Amino acid sequence: MTEPRDAQTTSVTTPINALGRMALRVIDDLGAIAIFLLKSLFLIFRPKQIPLIVQQVYYIGARSATIVMLVGLFTGMVLGLQLYYTLVQFGSAGVLGSAVGLSLVRELGPVMTAIMITARAGSSMTTEIGIQRISEQIDALTTMRIDPVRFLVSPRLAASVISFPLLTAFFDLIGILGGFFTGVILLGLDAGTYFYRVRTSIEMQDITGGFAKAVVFAVIVSTICCFQGFFTHLRKDSYGAKAVGLSTTSAVVLSCVMILISDYVVTSFLL
Amino acid sequence: MRQGFPTGVRVMATSMGPLIEFRKVTKRFDNRTVLDAVDLEIHEGEVSTIIGKSGSGKSVLLKHIIGLLQPDQGTIRFEGKDIAAMTRIEWDAYTRQISYMFQNNALFDSMSIFENVALPLRQGTRLGKREIEQRVRKRLEQLELGDVMAKYPSEISGGMQKRVALARALVTDPKIVLFDEPTTGQDPIRKNAILGMIAEYHRKFEFTAVLISHEIPDVYFISNRILALYDGKIVFQGSPEDFESFDHPFRDEFVRSLEGLQEELTGLYSRRHFKVRYQTDLARKKPHEEYVAVLFSIEDMDAIIANLGHDAAQEIIRSLGTYINKHFGEVGGFSARQTINEIGTVLPFSDLEEAERILEDFIVDLKDQGFCNVYPCAEPGRCFEFKIMAGLSQGKPQVELESIMEFARFNQQEIARFQCELRRIAIDA
Repeated sequence: MTEPRDAQTTSVTTPINALGRMALRVIDDLGAIAIFLLKSLFLIFRPKQIPLIVQQVYYIGARSATIVMLVGLFTGMVLGLQLYYTLVQFGSAGVLGSAVGLSLVRELGPVMTAIMITARAGSSMTTEIGIQRISEQIDALTTMRIDPVRFLVSPRLAASVISFPLLTAFFDLIGILGGFFTGVILLGLDAGTYFYRVRTSIEMQDITGGFAKAVVFAVIVSTICCFQGFFTHLRKDSYGAKAVGLSTTSAVVLSCVMILISDYVVTSFLL
Repeated sequence: MRQGFPTGVRVMATSMGPLIEFRKVTKRFDNRTVLDAVDLEIHEGEVSTIIGKSGSGKSVLLKHIIGLLQPDQGTIRFEGKDIAAMTRIEWDAYTRQISYMFQNNALFDSMSIFENVALPLRQGTRLGKREIEQRVRKRLEQLELGDVMAKYPSEISGGMQKRVALARALVTDPKIVLFDEPTTGQDPIRKNAILGMIAEYHRKFEFTAVLISHEIPDVYFISNRILALYDGKIVFQGSPEDFESFDHPFRDEFVRSLEGLQEELTGLYSRRHFKVRYQTDLARKKPHEEYVAVLFSIEDMDAIIANLGHDAAQEIIRSLGTYINKHFGEVGGFSARQTINEIGTVLPFSDLEEAERILEDFIVDLKDQGFCNVYPCAEPGRCFEFKIMAGLSQGKPQVELESIMEFARFNQQEIARFQCELRRIAIDA
């Protein structure tokens, strides 16, 4: 015979139940997103994907180049400014080039590039796919026997993997020039010293490490953003246009958080 | 075998069983049962129309056919085979035959009209670029969309978007086409033009059509079979004629309100009210008292559609209805469309002599005014000659109306011919 529940038991079990439900939901979502990612990866290598991938490389990569280079320039400039005044206290202004170069190539380049592309292209992915979902365009693809994951998601994933490292390279390059502008042009450091330090301190493994991070961020951002848009219609907290808005917000926030978490994880493997 | 309304819709000989069959299909969303043990049959080569109140589950039912939704209980069979048990190859073969036209069109906003219609061919077939271009252009021109191929969906009207969706549904030459409220949001001329297009393509390409529509009674003219969805169940499956005499709360709650008193396109009576008025007026007549019936028809409707377009064809029907109402309504006559291109008029209080006099006035008026709005509806530079026929017959109250109309059909003669050089009606001497 079951004993009647009392208020004390309920007050203890209710939060545990809620925690349990939340944990199950998180595990469920992680599983769903993993399957979504695997399916998208697999479908990259199907026929007729090249034109779609090229189109997405243009939207995600080429059209993000300006903002990435702009942010890279000012990131390099502010790094040059801050690090100069810090290093000069220790009589080490001469290593400015190393500090700026390594900071950009190892960390700031991949992370800032990923965050900027998330803000620009990632949000656009979620919104576009979300609107296609609520206006039945994705259902229309299914009725035309076109796999919506193959047609919408896989090209974006492939294009992100191509674009992120390239844009990271642009960011690093422009950022180093930004540091040059503040350190050398504005603050009077020797140009030769600056570039000598940049060249000698950055090793190939720093560059490949940065690109490896860029590839990881590409997969994370495109998967999260496409997933949020693709399953907008399953949201329980809202419907229609509002659901698309909330999905976009979730996609950007989650992507940025995951970029930073995965940055730590990858860095710990690389070092 | 022909059945139901004399629609001119050719029905292919049915195979042994139904093409698509629902057996006890149930679908629930949260706690709401939308489809409740639905049993229905769709037959090959027929136009089957599903009618029901808004939110009754018509679109849900349609989406089950193409696999966008799966039933919680029950089975859906295609040529006797359970679609849930199909192998990947069987499923591909099945879905390859089906096209779906969405209620809200579901056009891709970031693609041009041409790209939208070409998409199923580019992604789903191995046709070459030139072949795809030819097919897409042909479909778009057939639907009078040749001028907007390079535009985007947001740059064209709602009516045009509907036709683009229709073009995309038909470009793969499917065997089964599902239409989810294809006439929503259209004016009466466009509605009937779209229904006419569906009927025309059905005749030409012999696909099986499943249609969801609220356009009662207009859909009766193109349907072989009506399926009525009410409270989650199919309460009627049969011909439009049988549906007219179907006695069920569904008719009171839904169908009667839609039929209304007058048909939207022509302003004449709906078929149901025509019959009611006929029975009421003739019940007052003595058995020996006669009345007159007139049957008007527009000859060669298919050729008119092919040469002038669907909109022009609907405008001709509308104008003819207006003239008929104007002349024959004044003397207590009442009229209704009998088929796609025929309008029948009953003059309960007139004799043959008076009816002939009114018909002469009608012809003179038609000669003077013509069908002024047809050419704005037709494509520029197009010209086609067509005839209006009329036939009179007399009858007594105890004789079936259908027999009187058949006799009038037999007596039909040409009363007017539309010659595009004159842009007016010439009387056939």
